Amino acid sequence: MNGWVNHLPIFPIVIPLVAGAVMLLFAEARRAPRTIIALVATLANLLVALALAYIASDAVPSIWPDGIAVYLLGGWEAPFGIVLVLDRLSALMLVLNAVLALTSLIYALARWRKAGPHFQSLFQFLIMGVNGAFLTGDLFNLFVFVEVLLAASYGLLLHGLGEPRVKAGLHYIAINLAGSFVFLIGVSLIYGVTGTLNMADVAARASLLTQDERILFETGIAILGSAFLLKAGAWPLNFWLPSAYGTAAPPVAAVFSIMTKVGIYALLRLGSLLSGASGASVPAPFNDGWLFGIGIITLVLGTAGILTASQPQRLVAYCVIASAGTLLAALGFGGTAMKGAALYYLTSSVLATGAFFMLCEMIDRTRQTGEELPLEMMEPVGQESVDTDFTDEVVGIVIPAAMAFLGMSFLACALLVAGLPPLSGFIAKFLILSATLTDTAPGPAPVTVWVLWAGMLGSSLIAIIALCRMGIHLFWSTDEIMTPRLHLGEAAPVAVLLLLSVALSIETGPAMDYLNLAGNSLSSPQIYIDAVLSGSRAPGPSPVPSIPVEGIRQ
Amino acid sequence: MEAIYALAIGVLTASGVWLVLRPRTFQVIMGLSLLSYSVNLFIFGMGRLMIGGAPIIETAAKADPSLYDDPVPQALVLTAIVIGFAMTALFLVVLLASRGLTGNDHVDGDPEA
Repeated sequence: MNGWVNHLPIFPIVIPLVAGAVMLLFAEARRAPRTIIALVATLANLLVALALAYIASDAVPSIWPDGIAVYLLGGWEAPFGIVLVLDRLSALMLVLNAVLALTSLIYALARWRKAGPHFQSLFQFLIMGVNGAFLTGDLFNLFVFVEVLLAASYGLLLHGLGEPRVKAGLHYIAINLAGSFVFLIGVSLIYGVTGTLNMADVAARASLLTQDERILFETGIAILGSAFLLKAGAWPLNFWLPSAYGTAAPPVAAVFSIMTKVGIYALLRLGSLLSGASGASVPAPFNDGWLFGIGIITLVLGTAGILTASQPQRLVAYCVIASAGTLLAALGFGGTAMKGAALYYLTSSVLATGAFFMLCEMIDRTRQTGEELPLEMMEPVGQESVDTDFTDEVVGIVIPAAMAFLGMSFLACALLVAGLPPLSGFIAKFLILSATLTDTAPGPAPVTVWVLWAGMLGSSLIAIIALCRMGIHLFWSTDEIMTPRLHLGEAAPVAVLLLLSVALSIETGPAMDYLNLAGNSLSSPQIYIDAVLSGSRAPGPSPVPSIPVEGIRQ
Repeated sequence: MEAIYALAIGVLTASGVWLVLRPRTFQVIMGLSLLSYSVNLFIFGMGRLMIGGAPIIETAAKADPSLYDDPVPQALVLTAIVIGFAMTALFLVVLLASRGLTGNDHVDGDPEA
């Protein structure tokens, strides 16, 4: 039993990889086998993620002490071979990704997978890339997984084709290619200085650098941090985001809402490792002041975008930017209590924006005759394997009271995004704001507290104004509204995501216990470093005895 | 050798950045290719420049690492080349699709915009 459990951390990468590859063997016309494989793989992925999260919490301390599992991929000891590291933060992100993947997949099965070829395989590879990025403990391996998820996302963004998507895709690919080059420059500078790519080892060696090396090292880290900020959608590197997320097929956009969180995860992980071990100040993009400032500006501009957006899906894309801004500002504010609160906000906002993206498209169907609002519905362009039956025809069980469902869901999404009670969005913002007070010393509050309070409350106010306006426009305007026929498979994923948010607000106590544990382990990175570098409790294939050639670069 | 190498990287990067900022899609893709060449050279250079050094240490017991080349950047650069090449090929497809759909080769799909 124990031996088998030790191999669990590799499964979130292997399952989607194998599933995506096997699907390619079936002809595009044979939908049933592909659908079955996709559903089974995504479900298995969710189960594995839940099991990992359960074991990484303190529930079973005998298996992985401190909730950290180190998996040696090639059987080589940590600084030499590539490792996967699972801790509470990565387990949380895996669960979020798996939930979002399953719901979007079910949504996509109703209609959207028919709009272009190889949707299912690309979808699995995207899941694999995101899971890998959350699990890896090696900088270059992180680059590779980010490229895997980007490559899949390029394909998925173009899913359904049409001019707006191709245009957005062109910008998205160009900026991300440039971002990847920046990422590579950062990684290779760090390797040139420290002689290692293992994140824990980089952190451990950072304190041993001489002054000259330190300057180069900080330059490398700063360049790397800029690449992470680009992925996270931080100002001023986020102008690609609204058009990319605003035009992507809705189930694709829903999964994309976790992609910006990959950048935030990387910032959080590397920032935590560098802050604890080096002793000296953390390099620029991970530095509290910089991150806080960037976060606040991102939040303000994202909120301004929410106010100006006229298409629902574009509005949600700006919500993604605003949530990235809130997260960056909260993480930049610093403090242990803040980390748990920020992770709660992250969970809530991923669920909310994921549901919102899917909801937007269903709402859009009420206005088939409207003029400005519909996102141009694409007809698939000349691909041989594409079905021609991609119409608005809905097959299967149709849910009753479609308009009531849409209205209630829109209300719930708006409450979640704007952060009004009673849903988890409110609790998340409340936790962040209260964490600003617990972490500061008694006396007059520092100016950062005021800025964060003003930014977050102002953003909530403006978001609620914009969402009210959008809701009135969508549901109450005098234009004729068609009641759309909604497939159960389309309504259920949205409902599940929203119910999960409700569950999250009801079970805030247990959830916060777990998230605070995750936040605490981020604040004491030495445990992580020791766990990775001491091969003793590493599961995985038994280590190959290492040849003593340590320190080639020294 | 270091100076020539650094100069080559600098010229490639400068040309690449200039081309990426141009309005035509073909110029952008050429710029991205030049940038990828310069980044690959940069990764390679981070493993220390050496002529005729073997990347494999022959005797594990008492080898002097300074006589050997560092194999890791060579492995990294191979991965980076493959990934960069694949992404550029994909970008080329999107470029052609954009040309077909919009009827021009401006990055925004509209030369007047």
